[in-house]
Amino acid sequence: MEKQLALEMRGITKRFGNVVANRNVDLDLYRGEILAVLGENGCGKTTLMNMLAGIYFPDEGTIRINGKEVVIQSPKDAFAHGIGMIHQHFKLVDLFTAAENIVLGVHQEGRYNIREINAEVAKIADRYGFHLDPAKKVYNMSVSEKQTVEIIKVLYRGADILILDEPTAVLTPQEITRLFSVLRRMKEDGKSIIIITHKLNEVMEVSDRVAILRRGEHIATVNTKETDEARLTEMMVGKKVLLNIERLNPVNPVPRLEVKGLNLYSSEGVHVLKDITFSANGGEILGIAGIAGSGQRELLEAISGLQPLESGSIIFNNPKKDQPVTFYHKSLKRVKELGAQDAFHDRNMNPVSFAGMNNKAIRKWVDSGGVLFREDEVMNLRDKTPLEIRQLGVHLSFVPEDRLGMGLVGSMGITDNMMLRSYRKGPAGFLDRKKPKALAEEIIGDLEVVTPGVNTPVRRLSGGNVQKVLVGREIAYTPKVLMAAYPVRGLDINSSYTIYNLLNKQKARGVAVIFVGEDLDVLLELCDRILVMNNGAVSGIVDARTATKEEIGLLMTGTERKEEDHEQA
Amino acid sequence: MNIWLNFLIDSLAFGATFIYGSTGEILTEKAGHLNLGIPGIMCMGGAGGCLILNLVGKSGLPPFLIVILGILGALVFSLLCGMIYSFLTVSLRANQNVTGLTLTTFGVGLSKVIVSKLDPTIYLVGPRKMYRWPFAARQDSLQLLGVLFFAAVIIALASSWILFHTKVGLHLRAVGENPGTADAVGINVTRYKYVATCVGSSIAGLGGFYYIIDYMASQEAYLSVEALGWLSIALVIFALWRPHMTIIGSTVFGILFSLGSYITNVSWIKVTMATTPLLKMLPYVVTILVLIVSSIRNKRENQPPASLGLSYFREER
Repeated sequence: MEKQLALEMRGITKRFGNVVANRNVDLDLYRGEILAVLGENGCGKTTLMNMLAGIYFPDEGTIRINGKEVVIQSPKDAFAHGIGMIHQHFKLVDLFTAAENIVLGVHQEGRYNIREINAEVAKIADRYGFHLDPAKKVYNMSVSEKQTVEIIKVLYRGADILILDEPTAVLTPQEITRLFSVLRRMKEDGKSIIIITHKLNEVMEVSDRVAILRRGEHIATVNTKETDEARLTEMMVGKKVLLNIERLNPVNPVPRLEVKGLNLYSSEGVHVLKDITFSANGGEILGIAGIAGSGQRELLEAISGLQPLESGSIIFNNPKKDQPVTFYHKSLKRVKELGAQDAFHDRNMNPVSFAGMNNKAIRKWVDSGGVLFREDEVMNLRDKTPLEIRQLGVHLSFVPEDRLGMGLVGSMGITDNMMLRSYRKGPAGFLDRKKPKALAEEIIGDLEVVTPGVNTPVRRLSGGNVQKVLVGREIAYTPKVLMAAYPVRGLDINSSYTIYNLLNKQKARGVAVIFVGEDLDVLLELCDRILVMNNGAVSGIVDARTATKEEIGLLMTGTERKEEDHEQA
Repeated sequence: MNIWLNFLIDSLAFGATFIYGSTGEILTEKAGHLNLGIPGIMCMGGAGGCLILNLVGKSGLPPFLIVILGILGALVFSLLCGMIYSFLTVSLRANQNVTGLTLTTFGVGLSKVIVSKLDPTIYLVGPRKMYRWPFAARQDSLQLLGVLFFAAVIIALASSWILFHTKVGLHLRAVGENPGTADAVGINVTRYKYVATCVGSSIAGLGGFYYIIDYMASQEAYLSVEALGWLSIALVIFALWRPHMTIIGSTVFGILFSLGSYITNVSWIKVTMATTPLLKMLPYVVTILVLIVSSIRNKRENQPPASLGLSYFREER
């Protein structure tokens, strides 16, 4: 059969400010084929596709459909040219039935008759082998059913070119198998399908050809049959780029945080963390690599006490045997509690008892350095809330991915945001604003935060400055463990290096730093060890000094799904 | 005629005020806008109608035309209020609660100024007969059920039909539930919001007109329109955002309101000075109970539109 071009993109360039999202990209799509667009996070796959869907408009280049040059300025234009995109975030009205969502906004002659529409929807569903009840309400649907509604919505509008943005990210293995068989049916029907993905096994399984993007550029388009996963990985991650990030050698690392057999289910019942075991050492940076959504966020949240675990333990070690107790990390209350549990001895190895002593006397004794730990402290942080963890005297800092949602309060100034860590201090019932204000000024000075003042809402600061404020606050807490999720995302080069330096300083202080990153070059230069996550499990822990990008890339995209299929078979 | 049949008919006629108010509010809420200006809009509708009747009442036009002009006056005045509200909340994205409350304060005040300056005799005698068609000649309470009462029922039923059985209704509900989705499939969100709010306001304004000119036929009646407006908003919850349900809800409210004047006919209940105020409390007590009960029931279909009270701005993600 003669292959006919359905879509041609020539010399497409798209810039956002100074950032080039796509540079001179060429892409061809034939009728009746499945093209996979492959690339790492942030390589410009979704941007490129959004230009076909009418969400963005290209700065340069031309798009041809069926040989005719077209201009796509809105989703409506895209529909008119037969292009339908299924986004990762579904756009559905929860309260409506599947059929109601599908006909929404379609202008048609004749009376509105929901029964006829239901029949029509059922017909489309049958034709491609979907399982869908047109009268089912969306709020009763699983994610996969919602996706089905989105696909049929596009087909109902007569789309010939379907673009699916990471359609498998939210599906179970069985659902993925079903989706792929539907896609093959559509292909046989003459539809052209583009599937955006970064999972190699899926590319190999379903696509006819693969287009690889890297850093916004089109690297190559190859026939799936003539390639293999190793070659695709190599094209996807590219050659190593030297960044010259400073890396100190770890000074006598001690195991600080030991995570054992961690299992976590999401509220939807998805197994998001599978038997995670690793240890983070003080004086070391442990990198976490993985495709977005492989469980990195959940892992950090689980350690911080924000996720209820199914099983496993999070052990915090404090090797303080025979060392003096300080009020640096322990409150007076906690010291008294430990004293009652006979956890201390004095310089002459006699047991310490605070019985009959007033607070002032205890303070004096501890401050003099005369109270020593009897044993190394070992604490299980599992099932503890962040406040309980803090009260145990464990200084755990967390720089979350969602800076303004979870890390800082956007409408408050820097001082007030500092107080989120210290609001419990100060004379009974009143807030102490002096120290947080001093801290805010210190951070502004040290980290060169550009802001009109300490009381300007942090929301108004640029991304890099917001991040400096957040990291600055977490570091000021003198952590023993510092966890940072994508701390340089969206930051310019200079701000990024500021953050790397801060992490290195913490490492030198003996802090166990956990760094979740997406840029493999950065991970390889900054970290000491790299833990690679794939689909909620640890697929490997490698030495960052010797590992290669390809090695990590393969671990990230590994073929775990196939194994699961075997288990079920 | 049986006193209890009279009671029922009186309640129905009284309840029609609520049908107008609640149906208007439901249409607005279905577009995602909580219009707390309804009491003020109802007052303004009443004032507009009275003003026109006064202007044309002595002009010697045929009574039929005068009646139509009165209704138009009510519609235009409330439509203007609706447009002010939609311009502020849809185009300028002002806070809906504040805008609505302001509109109520404004509408109630202005309508009082207007109505108190008017000559009540004009609109109390002549046109009233016309509204009472086809029962105008009756001496019993059946004469209360006139054209405007039936219009209220028809408007409520028609609104339900449009909302739940036509494409326009589907689109309107989509706008109120998830404007982002509606926008993405090419529905003109702004237009739907404007039209629903303005049409809803007009319907509500007609309710104020009906109450003053038709049901009460008294200049003093405009003083209680505001309270009826608030109850209309409460009735929206009772009706679970379904216009046809307002007919039942309005009747129940009507019965509770009229109970005070009819209960004296029951020989074994002794109405004293002390019990009358208690009886007058009934509609409000029932409103509170209904609010509690309907808030406890958790069926998704019975919840307010998901984006009720939120402004829609396309570029905000």
